[in-house]
Amino acid sequence: MDTNTILIGLAGVLAAAAPVLFAVLGETITERAGIINLSMNGSILLSAMGGFAIAQLTGSLMLGFLGGMLIGALVALIVAFSSITLHQSQVAVGFVLALAGRDLSYFLGVPYMNSSGPVLQGLPIPFLKDIPVLGVLLFRQNLITYISYILIFLVWLWIFRTRPGLMLRGIGERPAAAYVRGANVNLMRYVYTIIGGAFIGLAGPAFTLNVKAGWMGTQTGLDGIGWIALSITIFGGWNPIRAAFGAYLFSFLQWLGLVLQSQLPGVPTQVLQVAPFPLMILTLLLVNISDAEWVARILATLPEGARRFTIKLLRTLRASPPASLGVPFESE
Amino acid sequence: MKKNSWINVGFQVGALVVALLITTLLLVAAGAPPLKAYASIISGAFGSSNNIENILITWSPLLLTTAGVLITFSAGLWNIGIEGQMTLGAIFATGVLRALQNTQLPPALIIILGILAGVIGGALWAALAGALKTFGGVNEIFGGLGLNFVSTALTIYLVFGPWKRPGVGSMSGTQPFDEKLWLPSLPHTELSLWALGISLLVIIAVYFMLRGTHLGLRLKAVGKNSKAAFLMGVPTWQYSMFAFLLCGAFAGLSGAIQVTSVYHRLLPNISNGYGFLGLLVAMLINYQALWAAPIAFFFAAVNIGSVQLQIQYKLDSSFAGVLQDLLVLLVLLGEGARQRFIKKG
Repeated sequence: MDTNTILIGLAGVLAAAAPVLFAVLGETITERAGIINLSMNGSILLSAMGGFAIAQLTGSLMLGFLGGMLIGALVALIVAFSSITLHQSQVAVGFVLALAGRDLSYFLGVPYMNSSGPVLQGLPIPFLKDIPVLGVLLFRQNLITYISYILIFLVWLWIFRTRPGLMLRGIGERPAAAYVRGANVNLMRYVYTIIGGAFIGLAGPAFTLNVKAGWMGTQTGLDGIGWIALSITIFGGWNPIRAAFGAYLFSFLQWLGLVLQSQLPGVPTQVLQVAPFPLMILTLLLVNISDAEWVARILATLPEGARRFTIKLLRTLRASPPASLGVPFESE
Repeated sequence: MKKNSWINVGFQVGALVVALLITTLLLVAAGAPPLKAYASIISGAFGSSNNIENILITWSPLLLTTAGVLITFSAGLWNIGIEGQMTLGAIFATGVLRALQNTQLPPALIIILGILAGVIGGALWAALAGALKTFGGVNEIFGGLGLNFVSTALTIYLVFGPWKRPGVGSMSGTQPFDEKLWLPSLPHTELSLWALGISLLVIIAVYFMLRGTHLGLRLKAVGKNSKAAFLMGVPTWQYSMFAFLLCGAFAGLSGAIQVTSVYHRLLPNISNGYGFLGLLVAMLINYQALWAAPIAFFFAAVNIGSVQLQIQYKLDSSFAGVLQDLLVLLVLLGEGARQRFIKKG
């Protein structure tokens, strides 16, 4: 393979990661506010089917993407309502919605199966596209991919560099303290869950109108992507930039699987496609392991130099969830 | 007290009615005459003895996965990895049957060994999720999901790689076993009374274990308040681990039964969503083992009946899933509404 082929392949990795990125950013925002939206897998499939159907019926890509976001927001609203207002388990409701969204998308998607619809076209940026290496890699993409780059930094800025972002972290970490400081915790949780849901819903059409154009029912190959996005959110330690790294890593590994396929004809494609998962589990383990008691005991027995190095390493990898993630808040 | 229980029933009936209302609207939206569609589901489920046999064949694995998750739910664990545990059960069972099929051992012994291997395989896979949770701090939902994907990859690797059919591997699975290695079934069907009997025994055993034994009580104590249970001298993590192992064993058993009595080979996607369906059943019955058997039967009937929809109206058979999911969702919402708006008596 020559350099240009590799560059084009890597540009494809960035484009393919965009839908996952939207979902991961949406879930990050939601979980920062203290709510787990476990419905992602169903939400993405339903918005993928719905967004494609709307775009096909109206001929408008814009409406397709907006429709997907609306579907994601509505699913998130159910999660928010049942957990915040009705005090039901977020995990239970989210899990059921994950299945319901998937089954609904297959049931309602039959008329749109295997039909052609509009597809987002490339939008190379003048001048920037001619920069060597970076031009091919970053600036010959389409609008949705550019939006994905920008959103990473916008979400990061919002969470870590603005006042409302500080409040957002507050309602996820110590809602009682945020409440005392004047935050309407439950209202904000509603708002962020719905906004996060709209991001998640953007992931669907970003597949079916873009990187995996069309709706093919169970053959669309999107089932499972929401569960992956959920793992990446944790891998990302609730930080948009680290989460983006996770999404790109996942996309890269899938591409690598395809490339290796031609080198290793003996291994079935499907195996290489799922190769990232063991790695994902391993990273989840590394992210969490420094909290375990036995690790501290082993660390204590190590010689000084090795101990310091390991502790430093574990601390870099470590990610703690927002302290009140999944915990309902009552003001009285 | 009497009045309250009537209100409970009212909310549950309300949830059922709303769920049916929504599915009816969905049928209309999909262009099918709703009443005829429901009638075709019912006749598809109970119209012939063949259909009823199919329901019973579906009932058995669903009973086992429901029994399994009732135990993990009691211990406060969300064993979403049950799909993978079922798959590993199927893989282990297939492995043993393949290894022993050309030996002189009596076929009955080979089948029993295969099923036992399945039980062990499921338990080991569950132990992995349990160990990740206990020693690695990885939430069982995320560990379990990851392990589900790994188990699928493993199955596909085996079906297309080392265990492929003579010639070329295909999605239709491994080479079917010789008929002497099939779990005995009723003539002309895949319905094995052995499989059904074992599954019913398991759910009954789980019911009594959770209801009246020391073990069950302690499991529930760990689930309700693990700190308090720990302070009262219950070895908490050992009980969590035990719940994982037992649930995995039942899931593995159901995977092994799929191999030995239904498909007679290893297929990609052999767990067929029964693990997730078991989670739904457990949620719908509010974790009360008493109702597991009838509700699992109802779910199985909906699954089998919906196949007719596909044949008669060209609708996707995922309608069964839609109906089940909405029912559980509305029961959860109804329960929330009841607690919120009706004062507890």
